[in-house]
Amino acid sequence: MQRHLISAADLTRDDAVLILDTAEEMARVADRPIKKLPTLRGRTVVNLFFEDSTRTRISFEAAEKRLSADVINFTAKGSSVSKGESLKDTAQTLEAMGVDAVVIRHGASGAPYRLATSGWIDAAVINAGDGTHQHPTQALLDAFTMRRRLVGRDAGLGQDLAGRRITLVGDILHSRVARSNVDLLHTLGAEVTLVAPPTLVPVGVESWPCEVSYDLDSTLSKSDAVMLLRVQRERMNAAFFPTEREYSRRYGLDGDRMAKMPEHAIVMHPGPMVRGMEITAEVADSERCTAIEQVTNGVSIRMAVLYLLLGGNEPAVTHTRTEEK
Amino acid sequence: MSKILIRGAKVLGGEPQDVLIDGSEIAAVGSGLSAEGAEVVEADGKVLLPGLVDLHTHLREPGREDSETVLTGTRAAASGGYTAVFAMANTFPVADTAGVVEQVYRLGQEHGYCDVQPIGAVTVGLEGKKLAELGAMHESAAGVTVFSDDGKCVDDAVIMRRALEYVKAFGGVVAQHAQEPRLTEGAQMNEGVVSAELGLGGWPAVAEESIIARDVLLAEHVGSRVHICHLSTAGSVEIVRWAKSRGIDVTAEVTPHHLLLTDELVRSYNPVYKVNPPLRTERDVMALREALADGTIDIVATDHAPHPHEDKDCEWAAAAMGMVGLETALSVVQQTMVETGLLDWAGVADRMSFRPAGIGRAQGHGRPVSAGEPANLTLVDTAYRGAVDPAGFASRSRNTPYEGRELPGRVTHTWLRGRATLVDGKLA
Repeated sequence: MQRHLISAADLTRDDAVLILDTAEEMARVADRPIKKLPTLRGRTVVNLFFEDSTRTRISFEAAEKRLSADVINFTAKGSSVSKGESLKDTAQTLEAMGVDAVVIRHGASGAPYRLATSGWIDAAVINAGDGTHQHPTQALLDAFTMRRRLVGRDAGLGQDLAGRRITLVGDILHSRVARSNVDLLHTLGAEVTLVAPPTLVPVGVESWPCEVSYDLDSTLSKSDAVMLLRVQRERMNAAFFPTEREYSRRYGLDGDRMAKMPEHAIVMHPGPMVRGMEITAEVADSERCTAIEQVTNGVSIRMAVLYLLLGGNEPAVTHTRTEEK
Repeated sequence: MSKILIRGAKVLGGEPQDVLIDGSEIAAVGSGLSAEGAEVVEADGKVLLPGLVDLHTHLREPGREDSETVLTGTRAAASGGYTAVFAMANTFPVADTAGVVEQVYRLGQEHGYCDVQPIGAVTVGLEGKKLAELGAMHESAAGVTVFSDDGKCVDDAVIMRRALEYVKAFGGVVAQHAQEPRLTEGAQMNEGVVSAELGLGGWPAVAEESIIARDVLLAEHVGSRVHICHLSTAGSVEIVRWAKSRGIDVTAEVTPHHLLLTDELVRSYNPVYKVNPPLRTERDVMALREALADGTIDIVATDHAPHPHEDKDCEWAAAAMGMVGLETALSVVQQTMVETGLLDWAGVADRMSFRPAGIGRAQGHGRPVSAGEPANLTLVDTAYRGAVDPAGFASRSRNTPYEGRELPGRVTHTWLRGRATLVDGKLA
């Protein structure tokens, strides 16, 4: 494993499978009465959030606390950042306080990369979403969810997603989730198809390791998983598509469309879901929709990443479990 | 003023000759000229060029003296072999009145490193709404002939048309920063394969090309001349080539960095590569080189854009756009144009001195290296090889994309009207 996790593209197949396997072990901790491991005792992790994201921050915080790390939450709102302090200054302040890892969420693409490579700090950097660039732990938790559902919880150990057909639908252009997923799913051997109106597909997408389609209906029957991406309502005002209704008619997932998917196929959503536009309540609340599982799995994945980046040679989860026996 | 004999210099890259400077003029050019009473500069093997002229420089004074001043900027210019620079109007206050342009002009004269020809804003405050007093700026002591809202595009077609028409009265030219504003909202880098991957807002080539297409048609319609600043795409080259073939009075410039660097460098997220227009693709770079060689692109202009350290030592999106360029321009041109066989040194003199002086109507600059001409000269050690070290820059800012990169060639001497401003690579 590398020292930082900046992009899903940086992970090799073996790295990714190791993280997924480790996350399976971490998931077992959640089934215990006391959901805590001593692994990161004495380590300090800062959640450095320049952009609001309650879900992601809480997920990381839960993961850090379950690993017994000391957690500092830093949100830019009301901080010195709003008074003009730069990312560099903030980073160096945290460094001076002896931080071991920085989980960073930033509105600017590349901010975590700058943080990790500019020599401003020595701490490990974990990208919790940067601009429209990457959100690697989201891709990992998505892959984890797919592997559990499509390959199997125990059968999946050591396995990748070779040959699985995954369709991502929605605002590809502005989506760090899409970029991360395309990279990681390709690494794991899956075949990815992006579906969106042409206005929401980036110029240059032809170099990505995936297919692009403007037609959702034609892809459904060939999908093992359909992942819906959030479409922000303000995109409509910027002329990316004419109306919400038209978007919904062409790219929304309703019961009829879901019926065209193979029986084993799942519906995924990184949340928060815009019901009625991207997804109907019928689909969102169905057994096949994994949105809630994804949230649960997010904690396991983030525990695995923190453990692998920071745990070093300290006892692994398996060892801790053995001790308890 | 005394006499200076430059001995054995390859004038415009030709056979070695002696050049005798007497006072502010070139007294003689020939072989075996007498050194009597003259200070001798041994120029064996070096190339002598007419003093370089930069049609596109940001000197930042007044208003941003923390990044550059007329003094530091002209010292940088002299270090890079320039004897005249045109200073862009996007200062604070904006150079949109006779008062501001006269101040900048006067500072250039006082410091004496390089002639400073101010460029006047096209519109008041660069706001694109109301024409600035173009005539007053032309009639001022600064004698402004080039007008530009550089940094911003004159995107209103009517304002652009009026400006083109108006400056005909005094032989002026409008230099357009071609950037369709709506197509470049939130733009951070060239739109293409790399921007798609990095998730940075795209600056599409068509945002430049559509404005150039419109402006050459406007220039044709009103019979005026238009100059295109820092052209950066293969498509722009095609439009300018078409316009010239049609007889439209258009000229165009390319920056050194657009001749060498590509958007692949943005993968580093290092804001030193953030520039407007953005670094484009390899294909664009090759098209720009070809166009400069065949004369479709008339000149090289630096777009020297100094920024203080803190404006670049941050995340990409927060960083200022621009690169310094005066001190490395000739080296980049040597590497990309001369050493590739696309241009000889006479061609370099043409693209970096004769033609820019002509476009800007710079008096006494861009003249032949012959007797009776003003002694504005640059001596270049073309055999030199070395890594760029920004610590040695005369510019107040260090935002160069070439730090640590090996570039060929070094300017050793610069003379402004017979007075040395650079001697053995050191400012005089």
